[in-house]
Amino acid sequence: MVSRSAASGSPQTKPQRAVARIDQNAPVNFTFDGRSYRGFAGDTLASALLANNVHLVGRSFKYHRPRGIMAAGSEEPNALIRLGKGAYAEPNLRATQIEIFEGLYAESQNRTPSLKFDIGAINSVLDRFFPAGFYYKTFMWPASMWMRYEHVIRHAAGLGKVADDHNDPDRYEKTHAHCDILVAGGGATGLMAALQAAKSGARVILADEQNEFGGWLLGEADIMIGDCPAFNWISDIVAELAAMPNVTLLPRTTVFGYLDHNYLTLNERVTDHLPSRPAHLPRQRLWKIRAKQVIIAQGAHERPLVFAGNDLPGVMLAGAVRTYINRYGVCPGQRAIVVCNNDDAYRTALDLHHAGAHVVVADLRAKATGPLMRAVRDAGIEILQGHAIIAAYGNHRVARVEIAPVNDAVTEISGDIDHRDCDLIAMSGGLSPAVHLHSQARGKLQWDDAKLCFRPSATHEPSFNIGACNGSFDLSAGLKEAVRAGTKAASATGHKTTALDTPIVQSHKQSWRPLAAWKIPNGHAAGRGQKAFVDFQNDVTASDVSLAAREGYQSVEHLKRYTTTGMGTDQGKTSNINALAILADALGNEIPAVGTTTFRMPYTPSNIGAIAGRDIGDLFDPVRLTRMDDWHRAHGATFEHVGQWMRAWYYPQNGETMQQAVNREVKAARTTAGLLDASTLGKIDIRGRDAAEFLNRLYTNAWRKLGIGKCRYGLMLKDDGMVMDDGVTTRIGENHFHMTTTTGGAAGVLDWMEEWLQTEWPDLEVYLTSVTEQWAVATLSGPNAGKILQDAGIDFDLSPTEFPFMSMKEGHIGGLAARIFRISFTGELSYEINVAARHGLALWTRLMAAGKAHGITPYGTEAMHVLRAEKGFIIVGQETDGSVTPHDLGMDWIVSKTKPDFIGKRALARHTMEYDDRKQLVGLLCSDPSTVIPEGAHAVLDPDQPLPMKMLGQVTSSYFSPNCGRSIAMAMLKGGHALKGQTVFFPMLDGSVLKAEIVDTAFFDPKGARING
Amino acid sequence: MLIITCPFCGPRDEVEFACGGEAHIARPLADHKISDADFADYLFMRDNPKGLFLERWRHSAGCRRWFNVARDTVSNEIVEIYPMGSLPVKTAAKTTYKTSWRRDTAAEKAATPSRSKAGGSK
Repeated sequence: MVSRSAASGSPQTKPQRAVARIDQNAPVNFTFDGRSYRGFAGDTLASALLANNVHLVGRSFKYHRPRGIMAAGSEEPNALIRLGKGAYAEPNLRATQIEIFEGLYAESQNRTPSLKFDIGAINSVLDRFFPAGFYYKTFMWPASMWMRYEHVIRHAAGLGKVADDHNDPDRYEKTHAHCDILVAGGGATGLMAALQAAKSGARVILADEQNEFGGWLLGEADIMIGDCPAFNWISDIVAELAAMPNVTLLPRTTVFGYLDHNYLTLNERVTDHLPSRPAHLPRQRLWKIRAKQVIIAQGAHERPLVFAGNDLPGVMLAGAVRTYINRYGVCPGQRAIVVCNNDDAYRTALDLHHAGAHVVVADLRAKATGPLMRAVRDAGIEILQGHAIIAAYGNHRVARVEIAPVNDAVTEISGDIDHRDCDLIAMSGGLSPAVHLHSQARGKLQWDDAKLCFRPSATHEPSFNIGACNGSFDLSAGLKEAVRAGTKAASATGHKTTALDTPIVQSHKQSWRPLAAWKIPNGHAAGRGQKAFVDFQNDVTASDVSLAAREGYQSVEHLKRYTTTGMGTDQGKTSNINALAILADALGNEIPAVGTTTFRMPYTPSNIGAIAGRDIGDLFDPVRLTRMDDWHRAHGATFEHVGQWMRAWYYPQNGETMQQAVNREVKAARTTAGLLDASTLGKIDIRGRDAAEFLNRLYTNAWRKLGIGKCRYGLMLKDDGMVMDDGVTTRIGENHFHMTTTTGGAAGVLDWMEEWLQTEWPDLEVYLTSVTEQWAVATLSGPNAGKILQDAGIDFDLSPTEFPFMSMKEGHIGGLAARIFRISFTGELSYEINVAARHGLALWTRLMAAGKAHGITPYGTEAMHVLRAEKGFIIVGQETDGSVTPHDLGMDWIVSKTKPDFIGKRALARHTMEYDDRKQLVGLLCSDPSTVIPEGAHAVLDPDQPLPMKMLGQVTSSYFSPNCGRSIAMAMLKGGHALKGQTVFFPMLDGSVLKAEIVDTAFFDPKGARING
Repeated sequence: MLIITCPFCGPRDEVEFACGGEAHIARPLADHKISDADFADYLFMRDNPKGLFLERWRHSAGCRRWFNVARDTVSNEIVEIYPMGSLPVKTAAKTTYKTSWRRDTAAEKAATPSRSKAGGSK
């Protein structure tokens, strides 16, 4: 016998019979809304607040009505709390699940400025103006005003407030695990099933969302299992499981997702309950478990009764009241009305009575009998049969009720109204099995007309439902199911076990057939009188549901979206069945015909941090660095992301701006020499008997006759004829090619080639290897490039006759073995020098040293872009967007007319390709040579035309070209090729209009005279 | 998340794979004279059935090999996994192949003049 009253000093607590789960020798201090309170180890925030006589803990979502604690578990719709401070603050946590610890800091939500005085509560007075679908009805017109309404609505809507600092300082982990049998739910049946399965030697994981195993039995004082109180049976079985090496016990772990092929996701709250979080432990851990068999033992949720004023603080679920009394030693009221449609709530009446409260039972049923009723009557408790609470009143807590006799169907008040004072209502509308996981896994449901609930029928995945979540509310029956499921699941995973004896359960004999009474009359016309809530979190009333039905929202899925019933953090755990029963009633339909909404993960809200785990910040995505990266950093390079690569963007010197640096680099590459780190270019090694034939089918141009040591530029199309990648490919040997791709396209091109080889042309003998990271590449470009190579120690003749443009030679530079490609992306004399990756930095520093006397200048990707644009070279993905053909780019010359087939050939012959309004690549010269037209700017032929203007197309590349001494641009314009010489206009956001002439794309050295230096 | 049994590596999580869409789409060559509309059947039209579907998958984060999968798009049951270039052998999957509208398209007839040859299609 433990008494809580002595320790807490609260008038709310009286000596209890058995306070099993709190440690009264371990006081815990915490803060709620700025006030300090004391609870005990083992308390939840909800139980500790109730012990301190705090009932008002939040304001409701829409009407800002005062709300208290309704439940004792994860189904709690009202008591949502913002926990912690600063960056650690987390909104919308259920007070019923927060274990208190020393120094815990909690705030209520949804109130301004304070919980007791909240200006938003005016919404409650104006409730006539806030019916179901209010926002849809009110703010839809005029459409142009929506943007303004939305700002206000978004501010007023939403639950809770996230941490002010958006960088979550906590650490989260992810774990992958496999097991034979996962048991979801560690109440009596889950424990029994886990033990049964584990006895077979199967690998078992048992997870439960609470801090300790035992489920609702932790809150029951009147149940014996075997010859001992249920508590003892639980601790014995937990101890037995804990000692088994094939069992993993996961308390504080919610199975929140059940996906295909028995893949389940669990959120383990590792350190949330500790006052300080040990550095070696994550805050939470996401488990991703693949189970051969799943046993679902999720239990059931008690339903509220829908009567006027049922949302007041002090109105609680009957089962929750028992839990607070028996598990936490706090009696939530002294004058209690138990209102119910079933036997089970009578046990609450007894527990309240034993806890010292004055109790009255209002039973909706006119003729209920049985041993429980006798026990209650024998205890001297008043029972009003065929009576209902038709309205509850109170300010910040329930203070009095109106009780009246009702007819058998509970549709009408059938007698005089009686007024009673009270400070607690324990309501029970029957039990709803928690079919969430079963349903997430697409198991089927059936309506049980006796127990008035949906329960699982056929499972979709290899799984079992046992106990209350299977509609088997009787503990004996549930334990039998547990033994059966444990045995079967073990055997399905190849493990043999003999069935354990089901322990004898001693409890009150009771019926599990509630009376169907979904909406309790209040004696007023529909929509009048006090509000009766169906969905507490979303402030959806019974009349909202009926109104929605009258307005034509007859599908339960429509009802949900229109009224928001079943949304929010609780996803309607307590409200869904009541809502659809009321909908069914309004439609004159049967409940099973109305059906349920779709159950989706997560079962309870899950922290995004746990889902992200360590994949944040630097670990969010791999960063790829070239072998010359250290040099770039040491020389002050600025970087840009290109795919996963970090590429040197430009090298500012002596406080240069970006434009100054780029101008200098671009100039140098055409007057002396520039050096570019081109290591990131995609490189694919292609070998095999049919390599040339393969390239011939892959590229638009001809490849069979390419000589060994020769390079060729190629365009790759998708089979719809659109450009997907480009690059230079070189024949290294008869059956050996070296392909380059764009930096960003490398992986995709390799996959693309593999796909064709494996799926369309398996007869071709070709082997592909990605060698992007095996080669480091330095591109030396400019008139002095040859001299620099000489000085760097090249060991072969560089003269254009010996080493012509578009050829490759293998040799050495200063002793480093190299493949040197004489290809050019700048239009200058240019060498792409490939060396083994490990020699990349050595190559680079040798070239820089040798080039010092020749004005060598490292240049970055920005200068590379300007240089190629000066020559009118395209960049796939910048000029092209997946809707551009070679013809659109003015590159007909690269498309073979003689090859019988290549990827994209047939599509290029489609009639749509001949439309003259296809966007085509053109060059642009702005009328003001110093103005760079913004990339993305839209071109029009007539800037004075009325809105909306006819768009011609958009600017794709635009730079200041120091070598041309003016701005240049490229654009994709409708019928652009035919518009050469014409002027187009670019209306800017600021109202100004830029003007440009359409020209050829080759802005610099159009004849290509500089290619040999 | 599915478990897919790669014919080369064994059962693995779906995250290791990439789905390549409908299987058994024979590719007409450019010199097959078919109309734009018939060619569009090959190029653009893809099935999206409720029920058994023959589709291509690639073990993209593993061996990178392609293979065919007969999967029920409603239940996600994998009925058969069979090599690229071959046809399914399970009755239900065979029926799905045979009864596909694609078997009668001009694109497929042009691409596979000899229907006795199994697969050879991507």
